[in-house]
Amino acid sequence: MSTASVEVVYRGIFQKTMAKNICRGVVLAARKEGKIGIAFGRYSDSPERNGIPAKQFAVVSDSEEELEEHLSRYEPDNNDVTIVADDTLCKGVESWAWYGLQPINKLLGDGGTLVVTSTQSANKLIKTIHRKGSPYDLAIVKAAASFSGLWVYKDDHTDVRLLGALAKVAPHIVSLDSITKAISEQWKDESKVASAMKAYDMVESTPVGADQGSDAEPFSFSMPGWTKMEEGLVIRGIDQKPQEVPGWDGGYVPSRNPTFKKFSTRTMRPVINFDTCTKCTLCWLSCPDTCFDITPDGFYDANMEACCGCGVCEAVCPVAECVTMVNEEAFEDNDSQWEMWTKDTAGYAAWLTEKIADKPTRSHGFHHVGQYAEEIADESR
Amino acid sequence: MSPAKATAVKRVEATGGPSGETEELISGSEAIAHVCRLADVDVITAYPIRPYDTVMQCVSQMISNGDFDCEFIVAESEHSQFEIVKHASAVGARVFCGSSGVGWFYAFEALAVTAGLRLPMVAMVGNRALDDPGAFGVEHNDALAVRDLGWMLAWVSTAQEALDTALIAYRVAEDPRVFLPCAISCDGAFLTHSQAIVNVPSQEMVDGFLPPYDRAEKQLHPDNPITIAPQANEDWLMEMRRQNDMAARRARDVIIEAYEDFGAKFGRGGEPFIERYMMEDAEVALVGMGTLAMPVKVAVRKMREQGKKVGFTRVRWFRPFPTQELQDALGGTKAVAVIDRDYSFGSTFYSGTLTNELRSALYPLESRPKIVSTIAGLGGREVTADNVIEIAGMAFDVAEGGDVSEEDTYWIGVRE
Ligand code: SF4
Ligand code: SF4
Repeated sequence: MSTASVEVVYRGIFQKTMAKNICRGVVLAARKEGKIGIAFGRYSDSPERNGIPAKQFAVVSDSEEELEEHLSRYEPDNNDVTIVADDTLCKGVESWAWYGLQPINKLLGDGGTLVVTSTQSANKLIKTIHRKGSPYDLAIVKAAASFSGLWVYKDDHTDVRLLGALAKVAPHIVSLDSITKAISEQWKDESKVASAMKAYDMVESTPVGADQGSDAEPFSFSMPGWTKMEEGLVIRGIDQKPQEVPGWDGGYVPSRNPTFKKFSTRTMRPVINFDTCTKCTLCWLSCPDTCFDITPDGFYDANMEACCGCGVCEAVCPVAECVTMVNEEAFEDNDSQWEMWTKDTAGYAAWLTEKIADKPTRSHGFHHVGQYAEEIADESR
Repeated sequence: MSPAKATAVKRVEATGGPSGETEELISGSEAIAHVCRLADVDVITAYPIRPYDTVMQCVSQMISNGDFDCEFIVAESEHSQFEIVKHASAVGARVFCGSSGVGWFYAFEALAVTAGLRLPMVAMVGNRALDDPGAFGVEHNDALAVRDLGWMLAWVSTAQEALDTALIAYRVAEDPRVFLPCAISCDGAFLTHSQAIVNVPSQEMVDGFLPPYDRAEKQLHPDNPITIAPQANEDWLMEMRRQNDMAARRARDVIIEAYEDFGAKFGRGGEPFIERYMMEDAEVALVGMGTLAMPVKVAVRKMREQGKKVGFTRVRWFRPFPTQELQDALGGTKAVAVIDRDYSFGSTFYSGTLTNELRSALYPLESRPKIVSTIAGLGGREVTADNVIEIAGMAFDVAEGGDVSEEDTYWIGVRE
């Protein structure tokens, strides 16, 4: 008699179909073992926004009565497995419905397994994940994050590979045999079955200690009751005065909501070549989230706490190769690029070259007109 | 092995078996979309609003996959959406429509006259809070708003029940003794966005249960020259309303017939109007609608383990209101706690609508149970089994003459 649940954390829109395939796969596979289950998305993530950290779940029980305890709930909080479909989510997640930045392992039960698709090492990943306070396992499925679009699904087998890995790390939820049967029935494609089996063999697990991980304090907050809330749905505006930056003489930094960070949505970030920038203002004008701080010397510095990685600045910048969107995997902090550049111009140029060369993969959108045709040509070669 | 597990295992074996049903992993909305396909609905109109839009997504997918053929019209607003199907129904088309929250309200002019014109539209309401502030979690106020107009209203608690009830709704609504619209309410998120294992019947099974829609001499057609909805003043309206009243009364027997036939043909469906859960010897009863049933049943089982004589009565049909059934189910209890997932500000004892209706249904009883009025789960807030145990505790308290008042309404799970 038992109930088990799987949480899938993914990038809204880009990975929605994949997350759905995984959760459905879990329930359908468990059905092969006579269990009963449900698959659902966290309602407050709907409708999704590009790149927003979103969640779907699968809950399976031995009996309908047991399952009943998990129906009409938004999210199970003690998951056996949390699947992370993009390793940049390991830094923490914040849904667009706003819960503040929360640790990726928050809803993982004690002794559970965090399954991440990544090309990074376990040690490197653990450093970015909040400390859990209880031991768990980190399993890595070697793969770059798979991103699709709103209308298309890139069927690169990441969904079934994650299902195969799940059977390995949590055989009490579903066996490999049930998983392969369910995949075979759902997709009628034996190559997908083979991919699942391969992932089952290849997935590597590392134990993570209670104290291992990033010591950053997760965001916490309390919600007022009805006797304390202002009546009439009124929210007081935040201080509209521009922010003072120590050491900055001049420039302009708009005030921002200090508790609403949008960067966990980002799958790519703009890197700016200040050596070629003409200070034309277009990026600053066009950024939908007012992310650009105006520096004392009149440059535009994209604030990495606020940037959601939409790519608009890259698209509007009239100077060739001046703004480049780079996969978020390549970065460990949100430090100011302009400050780095002013301190060491040559060092910054080298950093820029390395970043652009290192992670050229884009998660979404296009850099220039005609890029799609080029990519198609590339792939059919 | 518990009996529940035995059922689960049996269902696996039944897949594609002699019953002719197939097992699918689908949401409550998708289950209703399957009914549109199986009932071969002729005209469907759509206008997006969460959570109802999950139906139109599934319907449009079935059409583009070639599994279903109908006039699928994306209207420019909910008002037009309901006007279109209203008129289509008059010419003899089987129709489907739906909405949620304030979208349903935007269609109100059309909704109000559909029953008066005796058009058997079937709609789904994906229950959603009435904005502001753009909240999209479940509250029942949206669908309840048509309760006085001649609409039949059903609330379901599982995706399977959504499917079954939608089939029954077509049969009842299109019965010439009734000819009234029917809305099936599905709690936003918990039914509309959650996929569960559902048995989807075969075309043959549905054809054997649901006769074609036939308006006969009421069909608007060049060969049958009639006028529908001419100007009617005080000389006519009261008689027309009385006819409507009689149709709403007749619906009761038609619903009972439909459940009997559905039970015989599909082997499920349960009691029409209400579900009784552990009510046989219950001294205290909880009453609610929709997916509240899940935490309530869990809580009832927990309290039963502690020897508490508590049961649950789920209202499945709000219109026609199951007055007799509720009198029968609750008449022998000492106290009833109603959980309203709706509000009716300024009403009798500040209660929600379900409580107020129930209170008047029980009034004629010789010995009436005491009634505890509660409001919970607004805006889609989770109602937990612990919330339910707290509510049941209040009912036990009032039964024993404690401090809980019958003349007040208690908000459960609200932050003070
Ligand atoms: S990518 Fe550029 S335009 Fe988009 S939010 Fe970030 S800084 Fe602004
Ligand atoms: S758009 Fe490009 S050139 Fe213009 S200010 Fe921004 S970074 Fe500089």
